[in-house]
Amino acid sequence: MADPVDTAALTAWVGEFARLVHEQRDELTALDAAIGDADHGANLDRGLTAAVSALDAEPPADPAAALKTVATTLIRTVGGASGPLYGTFFLRAAGALGGVTDPTHHGTALAAAFRAGYDGVVARGKAEPGDKTMLDALGPACDALDRALADGEPLDEALRAAARAAADGRDATVPMVARKGRASYLGERSAGHQDPGATSAALLVQAAATALTGRG
Amino acid sequence: MPVGLVVVSHSRALADAAVELARGMLPGRELAVEVAAGDVDGGLGTDATAIADAVTAADSGDGVVVLMDLGSAVLSAETALELLDDDVRARVVLSPAPLVEGLVGAAVTAAAGADRDRVAGEAARGLAPKQAHLAG
Repeated sequence: MADPVDTAALTAWVGEFARLVHEQRDELTALDAAIGDADHGANLDRGLTAAVSALDAEPPADPAAALKTVATTLIRTVGGASGPLYGTFFLRAAGALGGVTDPTHHGTALAAAFRAGYDGVVARGKAEPGDKTMLDALGPACDALDRALADGEPLDEALRAAARAAADGRDATVPMVARKGRASYLGERSAGHQDPGATSAALLVQAAATALTGRG
Repeated sequence: MPVGLVVVSHSRALADAAVELARGMLPGRELAVEVAAGDVDGGLGTDATAIADAVTAADSGDGVVVLMDLGSAVLSAETALELLDDDVRARVVLSPAPLVEGLVGAAVTAAAGADRDRVAGEAARGLAPKQAHLAG
């Protein structure tokens, strides 16, 4: 049985996330131009391209090392707030995967890594659900993943549920009023725009549902 | 050794100019000030790994006060703490002060040999003289 959270799978996940962000780079930047500083697509594309290169240049020894490499590369190369936020997500997720050895619990381990990453973003950005941030996509995704696994769904199905929840969470940011970052200066005028951070976060989960499924 | 200072900004030019201004208040005094500013390509941005390196370089064992501009500079400085060794992290204070006013206050007190908490305190009340003056 293939291992859903082995190093190759996580590398493929990051590669798919990078591909989606590159493909939607202009859309992400356009969303950010409306309420932010118009650099989200370019920044994240640069960071993820560098992360994929780093994983390629020096293949990591284990799953935690893979995500740690992604974290430090994003922290170093993104430049904007999404650098420390996504960097912290991957850093904490790496920490959660550190002790995983039993392959029968890999679905739970992956969910725990997502949750640890989410908690890291909460701690770093000090945002709450409803503040019109990446948390509004990541939070529902973590909840859906946990719920599906608790209900006994296979990991593939749980990841697809997480991706749907992230997309719904992303869409739900449209009417929200931003309370964090540059968009918060706009107050009520930030309503009516989809949040760029929630949009890229939904791509992160969509990438997981593509790259980490079909392996069982 | 005096308390070390680190200036974190999106802009290398802004950070360097702020340091020049602060040093201008300290003719002939020694001060350890490190700058972590701009992204890897020299554009606007912040880099937590560069901040962690700057903190390590500024630390002589008596602690470091970090002054930041805003937004991702704050997030990157907090992320840098996660990248530091525990003993170094315990000596670092991230200052909520406005960058220029906080840096000048911190630089003057650090160069005078004050301890880390005193330096951080002076930075944190960096806006007070301006507020008092304009309110008067």
